[in-house]
Amino acid sequence: MTQTPPLVALVGNPNAGKSALFNALTGARQKIANYPGVTVERKSGRAPFADGRPVEMIDLPGAYSLDPDSLDEAVTRDVVLGNISGHRRPDALVIVLDAGNLDNHLRFALELIAQGLPTVVALNMVDLAERDGLRLDAQVLARALGVPVIETVAVRRRGLEPLMAQLEQTLKAPRPVTEPVAASFGAQNQRARDIARAAIISETASRQWTRRLDAILLHPVGGVVILLSLLFLMFQAVYGWSEAPISWIEGGFSWLSEGIKTVMPDGLLRSFLTDGVIAGVGSVVVFLPQILILFLFILLLEASGYMTRAAFVMDRMMAAVGLSGHSFIPLLSSFACAIPGIMATRTIMDQKERLATILIAPLMTCSARLPVYTVIIGAFIPASSVGLGIGLQGLVLFGLYIAGILGAMLAAAVIQRFVTQSRTSSFLIEMPRYQWPRPGDIAINLWQRAWVFLRRAGTIIFAATVILWALLSFPKAPDGSNVSQVEYSVAGRIADGLEPIVRPIGFNHDIALAIIPAMAAREVAVSALATVYAIDAADEDAAATSLGPKLAADWSLATALAFLAWFVFAPQCISTIAVTRRETNGWKWPIFMVSYLFALAYAAAGITYWTARSFGL
Amino acid sequence: MQLDHLPLNQIAVIRAIDWESLPDQEGHRLRSLGFEPGVTIEALHKGILMWRDPLAVRIGRMTVALRTKVAAAIDCELSA
Repeated sequence: MTQTPPLVALVGNPNAGKSALFNALTGARQKIANYPGVTVERKSGRAPFADGRPVEMIDLPGAYSLDPDSLDEAVTRDVVLGNISGHRRPDALVIVLDAGNLDNHLRFALELIAQGLPTVVALNMVDLAERDGLRLDAQVLARALGVPVIETVAVRRRGLEPLMAQLEQTLKAPRPVTEPVAASFGAQNQRARDIARAAIISETASRQWTRRLDAILLHPVGGVVILLSLLFLMFQAVYGWSEAPISWIEGGFSWLSEGIKTVMPDGLLRSFLTDGVIAGVGSVVVFLPQILILFLFILLLEASGYMTRAAFVMDRMMAAVGLSGHSFIPLLSSFACAIPGIMATRTIMDQKERLATILIAPLMTCSARLPVYTVIIGAFIPASSVGLGIGLQGLVLFGLYIAGILGAMLAAAVIQRFVTQSRTSSFLIEMPRYQWPRPGDIAINLWQRAWVFLRRAGTIIFAATVILWALLSFPKAPDGSNVSQVEYSVAGRIADGLEPIVRPIGFNHDIALAIIPAMAAREVAVSALATVYAIDAADEDAAATSLGPKLAADWSLATALAFLAWFVFAPQCISTIAVTRRETNGWKWPIFMVSYLFALAYAAAGITYWTARSFGL
Repeated sequence: MQLDHLPLNQIAVIRAIDWESLPDQEGHRLRSLGFEPGVTIEALHKGILMWRDPLAVRIGRMTVALRTKVAAAIDCELSA
C-alpha cells in the first residue's frame, strides 16, 4: 500500500529566501496551480528523504503575521491553520528565517511555532549574514524557540540534507504543544528581540554593501537616471538581442512549410497545414525570444532586490495620480504579461489602489503586443540610426511603451478621483538586501514562462488560427470570379459588417478581419494577417515572402500608425478579462475595464489616423 | 524629533508612535515590520528630486521604505 506523502509547508517573511530554498529542495519538478477561490499561486513540488520516500512541499506566500494585511497573507494564514476546504493542513512547517534579519523575523516565527504543528526552523542565508558581520549561535536559538534549527544556504545547497533529516525526525515524533500564544504583538516583539540578542555571537555594522549600493541607486537624481536607463536598455535589448534567434525560428518554420509543399499535393489539407497552422502558429512562436528577454530582465530585477528600489524611486510620481510605489511592481510585471501583473496586485494593502492598479494594468504594453508592434514597425519604420547607437525602430517601440504608460497614468488619475474615490495611498515596504540572482532559479522561472507561452500558442492561438482559416477558406469563391477568396469567405463578410465602424479610424478590410480573432489573444492579430495574406496570395512567390513587405505594400503609413495606436489601448485578451473577473469577484469591473479601454483605443486610433493624414502620410 | 526630520545616518531610538493618527492598515503593517518604542532606528535615504519622499530607514538589520506622512507619526530621540 502506498501512503500519501507528508505535506510540508515552507513559510516565512517575504525576502527570507523561501523560494530559493523551495527550488533547491524540489528542483525543477514543480507544479503551479491556484488555491481554490483565489488566484494566489500554489507552488508545490516533491523532495526526497534520505531513504527515497517523497515529501510534498508547498511554498507559501511571504507574510509578516497570521493577522493578514493582504490577500497573499490571508492565504498563508488559511493554509497554516488548515482553513482551506479541500486542502489538507500541512503535517509540518519549515519556518524560513533570514539569518541577517532575526530581530525582525523572529516574531512571526514565534507566532507560527505557537500553532503547535511539528516545526523545523531553517536559518537561511547564514553566509550573507556573515558577510554582513553577523555571527549566530543556532543552538542557543533552538533552545529558546523549543524547535530544531538548521543552518542553510539555499542558493549554495548548503544544509539541505540536515534539514531533510531533521524534518524526518520531527515528523516521526511530534513535539508536545507547550507554547502559549503570546498575548500581544508588543510582547511577542519583545520576546523576539530578546531571543535574537541571545543568539547573536558577534555583530558589526550592518549591510555595508546594501547601504553603499542604495546610496547610488536611491540617489535623488542619479537613482531616477539609473532606473530610466535600465528600462530603456531593457526595451533596446528586446529588439537587439532577439534578431538572431528569431531568424532561426522563422527559418525552421519556412523549411517545414516548404517540406510539406514538396511532399503533399496541392489541396485543402496542404492549405490547412501551411496557410493555417504553420503561417498562424509560426508567426507567433517567432516572438518567444523577445518575450523571454523581457521576462529575463524582470526576473533579474526581482531577484537582485532592485525591484523595491524602483518602487521607492517611482513612489512619488505614482502618488501624483493617486497610486504608490506598491503599484509599480505589478505594473512593471504587466510589461511581460498583464495576468501575473494583475495577480501581483494582491500584495497591495489598500483595496482601492489595488482596484485602480488592476484596471490600468492592461495599458502596460504586454509581450503579446510585441508581435503586433514588431511586424508593423518592421514594415513601416526604416531601420536607420538616430545616432549614439540608438535605432529608430527601437525608439518608436519605446514611444509606444511611453504612450501606454501615459495613458495608464491618466486613467489612474481619473479612476482614483471619480471611480474609486480614493483619498489616500500608502507606501510601506521592506527593502531586501541586494544579492546576485541565482542562474538556476532564473532558468527555472524562464522555462516556466516559455512553457506557458508555447502552451498558449499550441492551444488558444492554434484554435483561433484554425477557426479563422476555416472562416477564410469557405465558402470557396467560384472559379473566374473577380472577388478574392478572402472577400468571398464567411470571415470576409463578417469583416464587411465591421468595416463601416472602423473605417473612420483608418482601418481597412484586413484589419477589420484581424481584430476580431485578436480578442482571443493579441498575438493572433499577426497570425490572422499572416493567414489572410497566405490564403490570398495568388502565386507561390508571393506566399513565400514574409508578412512585413506585404503590409508595407498594402497599407498607408497613416493606417499602420492608427493600428499601432489601437493596440496601445485595446483590451484584446480574453485571459486578462477573465483574471480581472476572478480578482474583483464579479463582472462589474471587467465590463468597466473593457468599455473604457475600447473607447480609448477607438479615440486614439482615430486621432492618430487623421493627424497622420493631415501631414500627408 | 519626528522621524521625517531626523538627520540622515544618525542612530536614534523610537520614543513613541502616534498610532491614533495612522490608518489601521498602516499601523498594523508598521507593527509587523517591528516599529515600536525603544527600537533603534536610522534614516538612510530620502526620496527623489524635489520631493524627498519617501524615506528609507534602517530598523534592526532591515531597511524599510515609508512615506514622510507616516514617519511624522514616529517620535524619535537621537542616541548620544
